[in-house]
Amino acid sequence: MMQKNDGEVLVSFRNVQKTYDGETLIVKDLNLDVRRGEFLTLLGPSGSGKTTCLMLLAGFETPTSGQILMDGQLLNTIPPHRRNIGMVFQNYALFPHLTVRENLKFPLAVRKMPADEIDRRVARVLAMVQLEQLGGRYPQQLSGGQQQRIALARALVFDPKLVLMDEPLGALDKQLREHMQIEIKHIHESLGITVVFVTHDQSEALTMSDRVAVFNHGIIQQIDPAITLYEEPANAFVASFIGESNSLSGTVEQLNGEHCVVRLDSDARVTARAANLGGTGTRTVLSIRPERVLLGADASTCENRFSATLKEMIYLGDQIRARLDVAGTADVMAKTSVAHWDSRLQVGDRIDVGFPVANLRALEPM
Amino acid sequence: MNTVEDAMKPPAGGREVPLKVRLRRAERARTLGYLALIAPLAIFVLLIFVWPLISLLQRSVDNPEVSAALPRTVAALHGWSGHELPGEPAFAALAADLEALKGTSELASAAKRVNMELIGFRSLLLGAAREMPLAAGKPAKDAMIELDERWGELATWQVLARNRASVTPYYLLTALDFAIDDTGAVINAPAERTIYRAILVRTLWMSVIVTFWCLLLGFPVAYLLATQPPKVANLLMILVLLPFWTSVLVRVAAWIVLLQNEGPLNTAMVRLGLIDAPVQLVFNWIGVYIAMVHILLPFTVLPLYSVMKGISPTLMRAALSLGCPPFASFWKVYFPQTLPGIGAGGLLVFILSMGYYITPALLGSPKEQMASYFVAFYTNETINWGMAAALSTILLVATLALYVIYARYFGPAKVR
Repeated sequence: MMQKNDGEVLVSFRNVQKTYDGETLIVKDLNLDVRRGEFLTLLGPSGSGKTTCLMLLAGFETPTSGQILMDGQLLNTIPPHRRNIGMVFQNYALFPHLTVRENLKFPLAVRKMPADEIDRRVARVLAMVQLEQLGGRYPQQLSGGQQQRIALARALVFDPKLVLMDEPLGALDKQLREHMQIEIKHIHESLGITVVFVTHDQSEALTMSDRVAVFNHGIIQQIDPAITLYEEPANAFVASFIGESNSLSGTVEQLNGEHCVVRLDSDARVTARAANLGGTGTRTVLSIRPERVLLGADASTCENRFSATLKEMIYLGDQIRARLDVAGTADVMAKTSVAHWDSRLQVGDRIDVGFPVANLRALEPM
Repeated sequence: MNTVEDAMKPPAGGREVPLKVRLRRAERARTLGYLALIAPLAIFVLLIFVWPLISLLQRSVDNPEVSAALPRTVAALHGWSGHELPGEPAFAALAADLEALKGTSELASAAKRVNMELIGFRSLLLGAAREMPLAAGKPAKDAMIELDERWGELATWQVLARNRASVTPYYLLTALDFAIDDTGAVINAPAERTIYRAILVRTLWMSVIVTFWCLLLGFPVAYLLATQPPKVANLLMILVLLPFWTSVLVRVAAWIVLLQNEGPLNTAMVRLGLIDAPVQLVFNWIGVYIAMVHILLPFTVLPLYSVMKGISPTLMRAALSLGCPPFASFWKVYFPQTLPGIGAGGLLVFILSMGYYITPALLGSPKEQMASYFVAFYTNETINWGMAAALSTILLVATLALYVIYARYFGPAKVR
């Protein structure tokens, strides 16, 4: 299997465009580097171009313009069966007329490997996915999770340069999906393979990936490790798509390097961290995660402090969610641990709310 | 308060009824409902298909004529060794039977029936009947032999004795070109009387050819239908089904017009200089095959289409991504999954071809006539129900045998 070699580029998309009807671009000017050994997730809502991107890489679609390179070699004209890229499909795509073992032998037999080598490799991947006893079964005799593992094993058995996964866990129930996420992550780590994974499930993306590329309208909005995506979203789309986020719109009044002063639509002024802002006078969206909103006494030292009305409380066992009206903005959500919550509070009460400058990001509006 | 436990308990005060029995009771109403739903069709099929079919098949072994017409003779021949002429009682019984039935249609049909097996028997029997009653005072045996010396031949009596039973293998054996010799053994029919094996082989062979071409032409069409977007596929489907909207007779007539020597096809080919003189395209095998393939093509396309529709297109992509070249992917992954469709479509066309009658009758020469033509010939022209039924039975058995083979290799248990 391949050695992990951080930083080295395995695949690069250069100015890639794709249109199906000649009118709308599904992929608009894509520039993306996939590093060797990394787990890269393409995340986005449906129709954002992430699956098209994967199909371009697999060779099932051809770019309308631009280049795709793998190991420095132009992929555009190489047919899918010569790319040596493994793929795990959404509905597994196991061959129903072949047994599990025959399915796994398929890519090896195509490569005309010697029989003993084939048997050795099949045994190895079956052991890897812990399904040694099921080699003689047919795919429809397996459960969804087992089929998923066989599909994964089949995509890995021939040592591809790259493994693509197209929403492979979408058909599994929640518990199994979470289990498989960890399992795939472990396989990736132990084999050091390069994986490009497509999903619309953000928690899946955050759990598994080294880096996540967030797609919307055929453009990569941000490509970063999970923590950066969550804590420092590059724009309002990323902030709202990844995790939960409160949005307050306003206009930039001052821009002092990393910080800025924003006048909210309710005329209140707040200080925030600036990210990708145009300049003073431009519209902006302020974003803050519910768990970063400070309540009551915690807010007393905060620079951006407001008086809010408590509209609703939701008790979730380990935490409490509060819906607030803050400075003319309705439905600001705050999340706090039960231990921190003042149990005397009632719906309709006034409460102090603070937005810490470090966690309040002024973003380019969508 | 525990309702689940309450439900598990037997009814209060009553005997304990096992759960299975209670389940069966609960399901009974539903089962009866299902039965009521299928009953009209089941009764209909039983009355107009199964029952006539069985009674027709019965006719292939039915042999009532001799035992009905000559009961005394049949009784007298009971226990006859068959190696030497029967004794006086048999002759006397025959004379009595003939006298009783002289001039009736029963006697005529018995004579006709035995004449199938022994040519000349009809005139022998009817001639003897005309001479009845025999002059008194002379043994019947001598008198009969005096009337016609054939009464003194062993074969005459053996054929009578063979037909005293009410069932006979004669029709079925004849339909397979077998005969029964004077000793009662089954032998191949004399060469000048063999015809049916050749017809059966021809029927099978023509059906194989038609099935082959239907599959060859139908497979790409079905593939196209299954892979096009619904809008295009629906239009194509209408074109495929178009032939169903016209009667077979009209289509056959259209083929005659199109393919005849002065028809548009020959004229065009001559004008284009492809051929010097018109080619015989109809009233020979070419016409029969063209029309049969045309008529039966939808029967391969539809099962193939329905099977192909269920094959996920990602399977081909999966094969490609695993490094298998496009054609090999098709052959190793897609094609094996179409086998149930090929089996079903092929079987359907084959069975329909086996029974084809009108198309070869109108478009073929005598050399292209299939088994059904002879079934029709025996029912309509010579009124020989026994032979018609025997040929039908053999067709049916061949069809069932094929079905068994299909079920064995392509049946739901075999194909995954």
